[in-house]
Amino acid sequence: MTYQAFLIKYSEIGVKGKNRYVFEDALVRQIKRALDTVEGKFIVKKQSGRIFISVEGEYDYDEAVDALQHVFGISAICPTVVVEDEGFDKMAEAVVKYVDEEFEDKNFSFKVMGRRANKQYPMTSMEVAAEIGARLLDAFPEMHVDVHNPDRIINVEVRENIAIYSTEIPGPHGMPVGTAGKAMLLLSGGIDSPVAGYMISKRGVTLSATYFHAPPYTSEQAKQKVVDLAKLVAKYSGPIDLHIVNFTDIQLYIYQQCSHEELTIIMRRYMMRIAEHFAKENDCLGLVTGESIGQVASQTMQSLNCTNAVCSLPVYRPLIAFDKQDIVDISEKIDTYETSILPYEDCCTIFVAKHPVTKPKLEAIEKHEHLLDEKIDELVKEAIDSVEIVKVR
Amino acid sequence: MIYLDNSATTRCSDGAFELMKEALLENYGNPSSLHKMGYKGKDYIKESREIIAGILKCQPKEIYFTSGGTEGNNLAIKGGVQAKKRLGNHIITTKIEHASVLNPIKALEKEGFEVTYLGTDEYGVIDLEELKAAIKPETIFVSIMMVNNEIGALQPIEEACKIVKKANPDIIFHTDCIQAFGKMSLVPKKLGIDILTVSGHKIHGPKGSGFIYIKDKVRVVPQILGGGHENGMRSGTENVPAIAGLGVAAQEAYSKLDENRKHMYAMRARLIEGVSAIDGVSVNGHLDENSAPHIVSVSIKGNRTRAQVMLNALQDNYGVLVSAGSACSSNKPAISETLKSIGLEKDLLERTIRFSFCPENTMEEIEEAISALTDLVPKMVL
Repeated sequence: MTYQAFLIKYSEIGVKGKNRYVFEDALVRQIKRALDTVEGKFIVKKQSGRIFISVEGEYDYDEAVDALQHVFGISAICPTVVVEDEGFDKMAEAVVKYVDEEFEDKNFSFKVMGRRANKQYPMTSMEVAAEIGARLLDAFPEMHVDVHNPDRIINVEVRENIAIYSTEIPGPHGMPVGTAGKAMLLLSGGIDSPVAGYMISKRGVTLSATYFHAPPYTSEQAKQKVVDLAKLVAKYSGPIDLHIVNFTDIQLYIYQQCSHEELTIIMRRYMMRIAEHFAKENDCLGLVTGESIGQVASQTMQSLNCTNAVCSLPVYRPLIAFDKQDIVDISEKIDTYETSILPYEDCCTIFVAKHPVTKPKLEAIEKHEHLLDEKIDELVKEAIDSVEIVKVR
Repeated sequence: MIYLDNSATTRCSDGAFELMKEALLENYGNPSSLHKMGYKGKDYIKESREIIAGILKCQPKEIYFTSGGTEGNNLAIKGGVQAKKRLGNHIITTKIEHASVLNPIKALEKEGFEVTYLGTDEYGVIDLEELKAAIKPETIFVSIMMVNNEIGALQPIEEACKIVKKANPDIIFHTDCIQAFGKMSLVPKKLGIDILTVSGHKIHGPKGSGFIYIKDKVRVVPQILGGGHENGMRSGTENVPAIAGLGVAAQEAYSKLDENRKHMYAMRARLIEGVSAIDGVSVNGHLDENSAPHIVSVSIKGNRTRAQVMLNALQDNYGVLVSAGSACSSNKPAISETLKSIGLEKDLLERTIRFSFCPENTMEEIEEAISALTDLVPKMVL
């Protein structure tokens, strides 16, 4: 069966008050963006509490559904048959034809849900449902009605024209991107940070990202892997400006001047500072990291306290209370796992001490950082000035 | 870009490519077809077989074309052991063989064959006394590689074969010559061996080409059955373009063998000299001409000198392409048995990279590789 239309349901937006239109408009924009990559002519329209997509001519159904499943704010995607309103008999015939083509095996229980958005229509929603139900029973005696626990719900919605659907493909839920604000994601090549980006984006947040590389210690392949991860996140979040910062000289300087046990924590503090610089430059309202309490030495509560202290923007950590396996599960779901586990070094693993501090004290770290006073400002400025920005679409 | 990973694979030679193009686009007949186009296909195969027989100083009928080294080693080992299994159940090989030898042998071990794995000295060379002591009345098959793919160690095949044949002439002696062919003179009769395996893409031939020499009257049970191609030893329509290309590549390699060897040994000596001057760097195996001319295995002591990191850094920052340990073991870098066998300290096992040349490489490229390593190593050591 081919569908020339999709009815899009959204959940949370429905309860927003006067600024509901803001959310709906954002959702329409995001749907258009997602469908932009799919071959076919899609027309996306708002229609009393629904978004309606009609397709002109040929298109790839699977690709279209996949694209829509990446649009936050959608709770369900309903492949829909649309017919002109030419009186009740024609409508009933269309529903019978729809059921005939949609379900090969007719031995199931059902109920018809009528919905009359067009209040001028001569029948009420209840009447539409009851009468269509009767016609279906006449046409297919194997079917039987169960209004409490039906196998299938046949929806018939009367608007300017008639929409018929029964399948609801689950969407990703959440809020449309563009309705919250912008945040700067610290993206590494690991499993966690792409998941963190996905999760924050699910709340409608637009993303920018920063990646630190350290040639010759980290490779071009490692950098490419991060670009690839950003692309996978961008399928959900929309375009990401990926800031690639050369961290080598800072890292080497810290390595020379500071105790190796504190290397990672001091390094992380400089990463946060630099990411915050780009965050502010890009009107971001916060930083996002993939940290989760206790996962590694730099993610104990003491360490997080030390890295957090350098930021004036809030640091959002959507995975903070997640177990590793839960994070892996999400990364598999959003398709970043396979890329994340490619074995390239990143600049955190390559300079890691054998026994890094796990309970750093902020005052001590702040004191030890003064060992960097001579050159660090200049090195940070150089790193910021030489940033490479990759526009990930 | 400086390509120093020729033991992984080589660029196809222009001559081989041109003839392959002709075999693919013009004379594409099936050699089994009984028409003009078929005969032409057959001619390419005949020609290549004769070239190779000329190089090995053997009979053309002793050459069987395969899809490459892995198939050749599998055929030699499984087919040879199967042919001899009535006479015994003991196999001798070394710890440092390529996976395409070790894995078929391990499979036979699982089936119940007994296997002795010979160790090596610090240069990666087997001990002939150990070999002698390992031979039993039940021994039916010996497989020892000519040139080790990771450090270039050259094995005393002629002496080894003498020992084996003296103990029992019925034992089949196989040698994997994938890294040796094209780099040295190989005459099976002189060596005394029964089976020898070669791959085409290591000598500027195409991927998917190779051959196996099986001495006349030595029985090997075919592993791929079908239409009886290659005298029944290896069924399947002949890969005519690959066979044609392999013939050209082999001819090119052996027409200038002495000159090529001299050039590669000179590059090897210079590279060893250059990198040995760098703090933390050591070269594995024999440093002189007791080793193959084209392989240099380099270990680098340091905190950030893991092979994968080093080879990425060499590539990204200096355009020098090398490999980690042995590139042939697919994309999972496993800890090398060869490096363990030469007693390399544990820390260096994953800190070893391999440079491998071909005659096309130049001394200038070697100098650049030395400069690259001289510049990079101090950064990575810290």
